Amino acid sequence: MAERSFAREVEDLKLGEGEIFRGEGILAITKALLQSGVSYVGGYQGSPISHLMDVLADAKDMMEDLGVHFETSASEAAAAAMLSASVMYPVRGAVTWKSTAGTNVASDALSNLSSGGVNGGALIILGEDFGEGSSIMQERSHAFAMKSQMWLLDPRPNLPSIVQAVEDGFQLSEASNTPVMLEVRIRACHVHGQFVAKDNKRPTYTLKQALENPVRDVNRIVLPPANFIHEKDKLERRWPAAVNFIKERKLNEFFGPEEGEIGIIMLGGMYNGVMRALQQLGLADVYGNSSIPLYVMNVAYPMVDEEVVDFCIGKKAVIMVEEGAPEYIEQTMHTLLRRRDIQTKLHGKDILPLGGEYTAPVMMKGLKTFIEMYDRILLGNQPPVPDPTPILNDPKVKALAEVVPARPAGFCTGCPERPIFAAMKLVEKELGEHHVSADIGCHLFSILPPFNIGGTTMGYGLGPASASAFNVEADKRSIAVMGDGGFWHNGLATSVGNAVFNKQDGVILVVDNYYSAATGGQDILSSRAINPNRKTNNSIVNAVKGIGATWVRQIDRTYDVAKMRDTLKEALTTREKGPKIIVASSECMLNKQRRVKPQFAKAVKDGKRMVKERFGVDEDVCTGDHACIRLSGCPSLSVKHTDDPLKDDPVAAIDNSCVGCGNCGEVSEAAVLCPSFYRADVIHNPNGWDRFVYHLRNKVIGWLQARRAAGRIMFAD
Amino acid sequence: MNETVNLKTLIASDKPLTLAILAMGGQGGGVLADWIVALAEEQGWMAQSTSVPGVAQRTGATIYYIEMLPARDGVSPIFSLMPTPGDVDVVLAAELMEAGRSVLRGLVTPDKTVLIASTHRSFAVGEKEKPGDGIGDPTVVVGATDFAAKRTIAFDMDTLALKNGSVISASMFGALAAADLLPFSKEAFEATIRGGGKGIEASLKTFNAAFDRARTRPRDEISASPPKRFDAMPETAGHPELDRLVHRLRAEFPEVALPLLFAGVKKLVDFQDPAYAGEYLDRVGKLHALDRANGGEEKDYAFTVQAAKYVAVAMAYDDVIRVADLKTRGSRFDRVRKEVGVKQDQILYMTEYMHPRMEEVCGTLPKGLGLWVEKRPKLFSWLDRRINKGRRVQTGTLFWFLTLYTVAALRRIRRRTLRHLRETEHLEAWLNAAIPLFSRNYDLAVEVINNRRLVKGYSDTHARGLSKFDRVMSALMTLSDREDGAIWMKRLRQAALLDENGIALDGALKTVATL
Repeated sequence: MAERSFAREVEDLKLGEGEIFRGEGILAITKALLQSGVSYVGGYQGSPISHLMDVLADAKDMMEDLGVHFETSASEAAAAAMLSASVMYPVRGAVTWKSTAGTNVASDALSNLSSGGVNGGALIILGEDFGEGSSIMQERSHAFAMKSQMWLLDPRPNLPSIVQAVEDGFQLSEASNTPVMLEVRIRACHVHGQFVAKDNKRPTYTLKQALENPVRDVNRIVLPPANFIHEKDKLERRWPAAVNFIKERKLNEFFGPEEGEIGIIMLGGMYNGVMRALQQLGLADVYGNSSIPLYVMNVAYPMVDEEVVDFCIGKKAVIMVEEGAPEYIEQTMHTLLRRRDIQTKLHGKDILPLGGEYTAPVMMKGLKTFIEMYDRILLGNQPPVPDPTPILNDPKVKALAEVVPARPAGFCTGCPERPIFAAMKLVEKELGEHHVSADIGCHLFSILPPFNIGGTTMGYGLGPASASAFNVEADKRSIAVMGDGGFWHNGLATSVGNAVFNKQDGVILVVDNYYSAATGGQDILSSRAINPNRKTNNSIVNAVKGIGATWVRQIDRTYDVAKMRDTLKEALTTREKGPKIIVASSECMLNKQRRVKPQFAKAVKDGKRMVKERFGVDEDVCTGDHACIRLSGCPSLSVKHTDDPLKDDPVAAIDNSCVGCGNCGEVSEAAVLCPSFYRADVIHNPNGWDRFVYHLRNKVIGWLQARRAAGRIMFAD
Repeated sequence: MNETVNLKTLIASDKPLTLAILAMGGQGGGVLADWIVALAEEQGWMAQSTSVPGVAQRTGATIYYIEMLPARDGVSPIFSLMPTPGDVDVVLAAELMEAGRSVLRGLVTPDKTVLIASTHRSFAVGEKEKPGDGIGDPTVVVGATDFAAKRTIAFDMDTLALKNGSVISASMFGALAAADLLPFSKEAFEATIRGGGKGIEASLKTFNAAFDRARTRPRDEISASPPKRFDAMPETAGHPELDRLVHRLRAEFPEVALPLLFAGVKKLVDFQDPAYAGEYLDRVGKLHALDRANGGEEKDYAFTVQAAKYVAVAMAYDDVIRVADLKTRGSRFDRVRKEVGVKQDQILYMTEYMHPRMEEVCGTLPKGLGLWVEKRPKLFSWLDRRINKGRRVQTGTLFWFLTLYTVAALRRIRRRTLRHLRETEHLEAWLNAAIPLFSRNYDLAVEVINNRRLVKGYSDTHARGLSKFDRVMSALMTLSDREDGAIWMKRLRQAALLDENGIALDGALKTVATL
């Protein structure tokens, strides 16, 4: 089981008709799914939609009561394929993942799904990881909708709108026999707000019914000639059906005055930012009143031509606000206006930036330019706009840029991956630098200081595959790093299988921390915990051996830096051909602490003998070179200024957040650094024997210490 | 929903209250944001918070953003999902550099922003990993925040929270309440804490302590780096040999050098014995005589002062005997107990991580024997194979304590060891490089003395330090007749402290070569 409990959030999912739900966006979506009579939910965890998965995983009893099947899919591809249950049967299904990373993985299944079409509502919830805080490539999911003719919802970022979009999405899917994607940006996923809940609904048609009454229609299968029929059906029937539904149900919204010289068209997700920008320009207020006509496209695809035309006619100019490149919608609108010979000027990314997040200042600047071009008089009595530039240009503030350090996310305190990269650094010192292909996951933090290891990252589970070209005779081998999450997601076949089959003569390092750690500590196939709902404890070593790997080493304690180093060296120098696979396993410290800390505290409270370990640095012995930090970067290993007038540089120091993982000691031992580190073992509730031995030792040691101190001539301190 | 409102006159001028929280992952910024939102909602306001945190990763800089405003006639306000620079009412920064970051992001402006910041530091990897002192200057942050903020409440909220058994979110919530920025009573703040999960009592205690602190003393003084400790020289040190040393200090040296000289004397008495400290005074005394002869008085005896410091550092080199001595002292046992926070009924054992090599063993041998072994590479490496490995030394057990205790006792023969010979040779070569510069380039002589800062650490680190020292010193010939030689020497040394492999130093040396 994941070590974090979501029991409180599960309670929120049980709210009934008329009760107020208060919480974050992604939980509101989860609740909306249950209110919509969904039959099954799947997905692959990742920011910003992990909570949907986590909470449903913890809500097993409630889901059983409702008759909803929940699955933690092996990958986004598996999740997308799951939606095929809605192809023939009138069951509603929803899947979720991080986009566009996950949508890329899922696109094979999505293409097939959207070609054949669906009977039951099929909803794909995309957590758009775009803009600040994102950890993936900056792309638009919009392209997937266009290429496969799937519909894409982009609701206004408030809880009632998002919840409404879930219900609308299912209905739109059913009305047009097309899967529907619902994109929610990262801030909207994490937005705290409220909406009025409805009762959860049991599915009207169950999966059990479907299984027991199978239906088959060869025309829904993507094979000739049906695939050509699908194409025609999409363009001639499903598309118009969707457009009609969107129009009739008024999924897109109009705000502000009916008439105006100019108008603003925006994606739903942009609405709050546009409103704030207009407010700053004095053209709207915080309650949603606007002086400019607004057309809000809560459906990003397909575009409803008639609505766009009606909005444009009679206006001098309109501007399209869509985030990310390229300007798909603006282009489509240009085509539309040109074909209909409508002379309204259309602006968009000629004024607004091509890429990047559309923050309020960005939008304010763009909209101001647009309004100045066509309806300057509107800006008449605008209040002064917020502008920090004079402050930012002051030398006092500019000096900050030199002082404020970059602070990217990194390995946690006591992370078991740290010693792996420390060992790699030590190997690097002996054997030189190597080409290192990285993957996706926590271990990718190795690319940052202090380790600076890793050259490329090509996708989840693709690390070793991305080193496959380097399978040539050379004096050095490539090293590929992959996490256990990536391994099971895609890596076993695509990376390890590929390496075995092609006799890839490189090193593959599988970092096994017992969880899908970077996404929040979810269980995966090789997790060591017993999970009553899932089959865990499947060995990575057996898996790679099963597909033919022969040089396989398991390291069961990554903190053994010397062993780690020696194993890596062996892998890089052995004469054996083919992939050299090292599985380095130790539990994710964040999750381990979540589990162990309460247990430890309870045991101590119950009077049991417990030993707590942590590390420390002898300040007098430390010389302030910080070599230990360059092989660690642990948050609990820091530096401090010393008051010793003979020491120039700050000395190392370990704070109370140390969890005693052992890395500091092992590293200083393996790298022959310095003897400053000590491990302190504190025995809580010592037993009689402990006390007896301790007093005996203390007597002798104390006597010796006193003896030496007495003989020493020293200044009083 | 498709309502349309036609008149510009309907546009209200109400603005939401806006708050940004800048924190590091794992600091509890989310808890603080949740409290603020819950507080607003309990008081009948509408509130929205957003964030962009990853799920699991810790330590990265992150920002939470909150807007709040009551609904008007049942119409909910539309809140922004991100702060607009120049339009933030309150910035809460959970660390000093994060306060700096908030200013850099334009979130703090003098017309409206109240800054509530904790002044404690959590150093970034980039600051910690430098071989020298990479810590950012906090006074720059204070300068910028004082300039940019309308009002500032800044003190160490982290330590305050720890002292009261809670975490920083509780103390920041207290400071926010004390700042009188939200139109809610202190009781309402407390009720919000009571409504939340665990640790309520500790949170309330911390909240109240921070509230009082913010009201009575809202600002901490911040200096660039904590002051060094210079002990006052005693009139009498309680031992004739020590008194003699103090007497010599007063009689033979200028006032300006006394603090460092006394620190040096103390260190060397502790390192070896009073006689060794006397030797130190002899050495520095000779240097001081030269200093005086070469017009050092005009330069405030800069050479003597720096020599007082670095000759002491060089003479108190880090050897096995020193480490064993420090690790076995009673005062050290007490200090560790205190640092680790061991309670009365608990038992503490220490394990030292040591990795002796044959080099260290050889260095501890009498110089004749040591040299004899060194000259026999086969024997040396045979012995090294037996000695060179990591050892976990349990100082609290009798066997290991006695082992270290015995090694520490080698102090008596220290001055006859090979290591001592080597250190003395290095010391003299270094001083001899500086002395001829006196008459030609006083400032450069001082910088040569200062170069000793580069030699530090053990084993490989020590070797790397020595090599950097040598590389910096290699520029001496080029620089000795240049007026700006001292400035260049200083630059070289600073470059050497920037990175481990001396890449910056190589660049600087190339520049010097073109002079």
